[in-house]
Amino acid sequence: MFIHRSLRLAFALAALLLLPLAPARAQLTIEIVGGAGTAVPIAVVPFDGEPAGPTGISGIVGADLARSGLFMLVETAGIVPRPSRIEDVQAAAWRAKGADAVVVGSARTLADGRVEVRFALVDVVKQAPLVAMVYTVTPAQFRATAHKIADVIYEKMTGDQGVFSTRIAYITKLGTRFQLLVADADGNDPQTIVTSNEPMLSPRWAPDGTRIAYVSFESKKPVVYVQNLATGARAAVANFRGSNSSPAWSPDGRTLAVTLTKDGGSQLFLMNSDGSNPQRVLTSPGIDTEAMFMPDGKSILFTSDRGGSPQIYRLTLGSGAVERLTFDGSYNVSPRPFPDGKGFAFVRRDGARFQIAVQDFASRQVQVLTAGTLDESPSVAPNGKLILYANEVGGRGILAAVSSDGRVKQRLVAPATDVREPAWGPFPRP
Amino acid sequence: MKKFLIAAAMVVVLAGCSTQPTAPVDDKSTTGTPAAGTTPGTTTSGTTTSGVSGTSTGTGMNPLRDPNNILSKRSIYFEFDSFVVEDKYKAQIEAHTRYLAGNKSAKVTLQGHTDERGSREYNIALGQKRADAVKRVMTLMGVQEVVIETVSYGKEKPKREGHDEASWAENRRVDIVYFGE
Repeated sequence: MFIHRSLRLAFALAALLLLPLAPARAQLTIEIVGGAGTAVPIAVVPFDGEPAGPTGISGIVGADLARSGLFMLVETAGIVPRPSRIEDVQAAAWRAKGADAVVVGSARTLADGRVEVRFALVDVVKQAPLVAMVYTVTPAQFRATAHKIADVIYEKMTGDQGVFSTRIAYITKLGTRFQLLVADADGNDPQTIVTSNEPMLSPRWAPDGTRIAYVSFESKKPVVYVQNLATGARAAVANFRGSNSSPAWSPDGRTLAVTLTKDGGSQLFLMNSDGSNPQRVLTSPGIDTEAMFMPDGKSILFTSDRGGSPQIYRLTLGSGAVERLTFDGSYNVSPRPFPDGKGFAFVRRDGARFQIAVQDFASRQVQVLTAGTLDESPSVAPNGKLILYANEVGGRGILAAVSSDGRVKQRLVAPATDVREPAWGPFPRP
Repeated sequence: MKKFLIAAAMVVVLAGCSTQPTAPVDDKSTTGTPAAGTTPGTTTSGTTTSGVSGTSTGTGMNPLRDPNNILSKRSIYFEFDSFVVEDKYKAQIEAHTRYLAGNKSAKVTLQGHTDERGSREYNIALGQKRADAVKRVMTLMGVQEVVIETVSYGKEKPKREGHDEASWAENRRVDIVYFGE
C-alpha cells in the first residue's frame, strides 16, 4: 500500500515536472469588469469532505456564479458549525451576513472510489429550500459536477438555463502560429484542435457540439473544414475554385450555409454538412456573406452590400423573400440570432468605431452594448444572456463578454497571445 | 574567370528553370468538387496541396524576381473601401498579362487583402472583390480566365501590422502570386 502510494506520488511529481515542457496553451482567465447593479447576495459554504482550495467543488460553484455578474458572494467564515445540509442552515445568521440564499453540500467517498456529491440551495429570506441534488461521480468529474451545480443554482435563481457546463472555441495567434482551441466556458482545460502556420477563422459549433466547422488558409486560400472533436478527423467540405468562407450550421446539423466565389462574386450556398450538393440560394450583384440560420431553421440572416453599404438582411428559405433589417448607419455586419429568435447581435460602425449591438425584430430597436473601437465576431451564449466577442487592447486581440442587456462586462485574458474569433458552444447533450 | 563561368552557367540553368513549365499541379480547387476526406486526424498543417519543385528562388535573373523587372512588382494597392484598379497600375498589370501570354503553362493566383477594420468574414468578401477587379483588367487585356484564380485573405495576412493609415494603405492590396511560388 505504501509503495503503491509513493509510486503514485512519483508519477504525480513526474507529471508536474513535465508540465513546463508541454506546449504553452493560452488559458483564458475571466475577469469581471462591470457587474449588474442588482447582484443577488449568495453564500456558497465549503462542502463537507471536499478537497480544500480553489479546486474544491464549492469554490468552482462560487466562481461560476460570481463570474456571471448576477451574484455577489457572501463571506462564509464565522458561522460555526459550518452547515452542510438543509436542516443545518440557520436562516437568521445568514440574513445577518446579508445573504439572500445559501448553498451547502458534502462530498463522501464511496467504497468503489467514486464520490457522492450532495448540495442544496436554501432561500434564507423565505426560509425555504429551493433545490437539493445528489451526484455520484469520479474525482476527475469534480469540475464538471461543480459547473452542473452552478447551472442548477443559476436556473433556480434567475429562471434562465445556466451556461457553466458549456464550452467555447477560439483562435490564438502567437507569432506566425495559429491555433484553434476548445476550452470550458470558464477558460479551463484549453485543448488545441488545430495548429497551422496560416490563418484560421470562423469556428462554428455543430448544434450537437460534436463537430466544428472553420476556415483555414493552410492551402494558401480559404477552405472550409469540418472536424470531429472526439476523433480529430476532418474533411474539407468546401474547397472550390476561389474563396470558401463563412460556414454556418442549420439547427438540425444537416446543412451548412457557406459563402463561395466559384461562380463569381461572394454568394450564399447551402450544402449538406459533408459538403455534397452545394446549391446557390441567392443571386446578388454584390456581396452576400456571413449567413446564420435563425433558430427555427426557416430563415437566414446575412450581410450584403446590395443596397450600397453592408447591411443585414433576412432570407426566408421557403419563399426566397429577402428583407433588409438594418437601416441605421453605413456599416452593419456579422448578424448572430438570439436563441429565442426575437432579435440578433451584430457589429455596427459608428464613425471609426466598431461596436457590438443588438436589435429586436419586432420593434427594430437597436441597443449598442460595447464601447470598444475594434469590437467584432460576436457569439451569443446558448441561453442568450451573454455575448462573447473579440476586441483589441494595446494592439493585441483579446476576448470579452457582455450581457445582452449590456450591464455585465467580462474580459477573458490570455497572457502574451493574440486571441480572436470566439464561438460559444451549445448546451451539453444530456 | 572560372568562377564567373560557373556562376553564369548556374544563372542560365536557373533562369531556364524559371521559364520551364512548372511541374503538374494537383489543383484540387479547380475540380469544382469538395476534396472529401483530407488526411483524417490531421491536426497540424502548413503544407500546400501542390507538389511543385524546381522553381527558381530569386537568382536575380528570373524576370518575376528581378527587382529591375516590372514583373517583380506584385502588389496593386487600393483606396479605402475601393475596388477601383487605378491607372498607375496599368503598365504593371500589362507586363504580367504579357508574361502569362508568353508562358502558356503559367498560372496566377490573385490574392485580395483588406485593412484590419471591420468584420473578418465581410473582409474576405471585400478582398475577393479587389482580386476580381484585377482579374477583370487582366481578362480584358486578353488573359484566359482559366489561368487566373482569385482568392481572398481578407484582413488575415496584413503586410504591415500597424494600426494606422500608413499600415492600412499597404494592407489594402491584391498580390499577384504565380503557381509554384
